[in-house]
Amino acid sequence: MKTCLVVDDSRVIRKVARRILEDIGFEIAEASDGMEALAWCRAAMPDAILLDWNMPVMNGIEFLRRLRQEPGGDVPSVVFCTVENDLDRINEALEAGAQEYIMKPFDGDIIASKFAEAGLT
Amino acid sequence: MRPEDYELVAELCASRSGLAVDSRKTYLIESRLGPIARREGFGSISELMATIKVRPEDSLAWSVVEAMSAGETAFFRDHGTFETFRSVILPSLSRIRGEEPIRVWSAACGPGQEIYSLAMTVDEERGALSPKTRIELFGSDISDRALEKAQSGLYTQFEIQRGLSVRRLVRYFEKVDDNWQLTPRIRQMVRWRRINLVSDLSAAGRFDVIFCRHVLGSMTQAARPILLRNLARALSPQGYLVVSQDEAAAGLGDGFLRLPDQREVYSRDPAYQSAA
Repeated sequence: MKTCLVVDDSRVIRKVARRILEDIGFEIAEASDGMEALAWCRAAMPDAILLDWNMPVMNGIEFLRRLRQEPGGDVPSVVFCTVENDLDRINEALEAGAQEYIMKPFDGDIIASKFAEAGLT
Repeated sequence: MRPEDYELVAELCASRSGLAVDSRKTYLIESRLGPIARREGFGSISELMATIKVRPEDSLAWSVVEAMSAGETAFFRDHGTFETFRSVILPSLSRIRGEEPIRVWSAACGPGQEIYSLAMTVDEERGALSPKTRIELFGSDISDRALEKAQSGLYTQFEIQRGLSVRRLVRYFEKVDDNWQLTPRIRQMVRWRRINLVSDLSAAGRFDVIFCRHVLGSMTQAARPILLRNLARALSPQGYLVVSQDEAAAGLGDGFLRLPDQREVYSRDPAYQSAA
């Protein structure tokens, strides 16, 4: 079973995302900021990461840049999931190595569509 | 709404556009007609239907048919079909047509996602095709409102996240306030026309590729053969007709041959003369 790390400082969003992703066949781990997510990745690299942008301690874009420097850090497909919806931000995420980008609010169809685009399903 | 109002809606749709509307789906009908009643200044849907009953030739009746005909849509809906268009249909027609334009028609294009998905595919494939290849794209729908939206190329954040990869989003769209607009370069590739698929289509011309998906399945038994005959006449001898997979599974009857290995792509059956 593929694993997905859900990184978001909102417990509600993590719960909603977990339910949707479990339905399309992922095993889920959760982290509430970039630093916690990095610790998860060092212990066990997931296949996919659903990543919020604005979080305390370490935000999503900084996490992504650090992840890509880690040994094996090029493996996970990263799908941003954020309220940031400016083209500049999207391009910044792609340049940092994100595969896909979801603008909140989202639903199950959007997550399934974007995970398919990222080659995850 | 009164029971006879739902019946009238179903009758109007069946007779004008061949659309099968289940008069028992009262919630669906009310949710589609409510906005028309409000827009046209009626106090209720019943008042709207009472007016239509005495003036059935009025454009109001058409508004009802148009509103009922709107369906689900998404960019690159059923990805595999667009892959077939890219890897099988385009290269084969490019060889056959030479300098003659390849004419591609999205019949019942709704707000435009299908024909624009084809336009983006054509744009991406340009380098792989012969420089002589010319491709003309046409979108038609029965609904003027859908065509207006399609021509504007404006989509909500919700719409651009269904079926569209983020790479295509940044390549082809610009953000306009809270919405996203397709770049003029792609919009200008498409020509638009209002077409009722069960009317006389002899003036519409011939097409090498017809996408007519999620239409047959929603038509009345009486309208299906009319549509199929119209499509057979509009399809060029070497052309391709693309339907949805469930419509292909139900079968198209005589007149078309299913392509080997392609579940939803058909060619004209040359043996079936009455279709021509």
